[in-house]
Amino acid sequence: MHRHRMKHKRSMIQLLSAVLLNGYMIGFRNGKIYTGKAKAVCVPVLNCYSCPGALGACPVGALQAAVGGGKGHVPFYVLGILMLFGVVLGRVVCGFLCPFGFVQDLLYKIPVPKLHVPKKIDRPARYLKYVVLLAAVILLPVSAAAKTGAAVPYFCKYICPAGTLGGALPLMGADPVLRDLTGTLFDWKLFVLAVVLILSMLISRPFCRYLCPLGAFYALFNRFSFFQMQLDQTKCTGCGACERVCPMEVEVTRNINSAECIRCGKCKGACPTGAISSGFGNKEGTSEPGNEASGKKERRIPE
Amino acid sequence: MRSVLKNKSVFRIRCARCMCLAAGILFIGIGLVRQEHLEVMQKAVRICLECIGIG
Repeated sequence: MHRHRMKHKRSMIQLLSAVLLNGYMIGFRNGKIYTGKAKAVCVPVLNCYSCPGALGACPVGALQAAVGGGKGHVPFYVLGILMLFGVVLGRVVCGFLCPFGFVQDLLYKIPVPKLHVPKKIDRPARYLKYVVLLAAVILLPVSAAAKTGAAVPYFCKYICPAGTLGGALPLMGADPVLRDLTGTLFDWKLFVLAVVLILSMLISRPFCRYLCPLGAFYALFNRFSFFQMQLDQTKCTGCGACERVCPMEVEVTRNINSAECIRCGKCKGACPTGAISSGFGNKEGTSEPGNEASGKKERRIPE
Repeated sequence: MRSVLKNKSVFRIRCARCMCLAAGILFIGIGLVRQEHLEVMQKAVRICLECIGIG
């Protein structure tokens, strides 16, 4: 009962977040984007600012524009916003607020056979998102800007499926002129989007796991953010129910505040003894972030 | 011994938290003073054709 309520609550928050962040509904009808002052504020999630409904700026797009602008200064404003959300919430943002994460969650609910990525491939592939953050979002725009004075937004241009889904498709639906402008680049972006969407039906959150630069940034804060997951070692029986339901395949009993944890709370709902809790600050007798290894239990995880 | 190590680890984590929080707020402040939010807005109020795969 509690598990269903929790799941339902998270879905409602995700839906509410997607609607609030894309609340400029007239834009979808007119094929125009919102141009008000709220666009000066970066939202904490991957939400293309060229989406007709977007009320705020995408932090990844803003970061690329700032570092690739050729002015050579550190983008304090965008970094500050990302750090603030990162240190307070960690990847709660991914689990509860990100509209593209919500899309992936919905697709994963489609009852098709699911794919299990072998650990040998899965673990190294997860580092790819850090490469995307460093290379496509920061280094390439910086080096291109140093040479030519301005750089293209590499991540948005060649990778981001959220921009194609939330920005390109609704704009093209409303504006025939934009439809005529498409070429090879759009075909590539459509291909990336299709691959991500198809994979999302088979694997839980493939984009968040392997490619999202924003997820990579927040992952850096997960271990010490104010919001923490907690495992009460005295209550944990090591049954492994938490690890079997985890959409990000986190080793909950070993490393509950893993960089991969999106704090969706599914482990909490699955725990038969109520050993897992979450919130701001830590309770007495629970595993503090950073000392999970010391409280390691012998794992008895049935298949 | 274990509890001493645990306390040290917890202390370090709390320090990191507070430093990141302070740095985040400071960065936003510096960005606002340098009017970086206006640069963000300038970019965000135009349809970025490159971002949506057209340009």
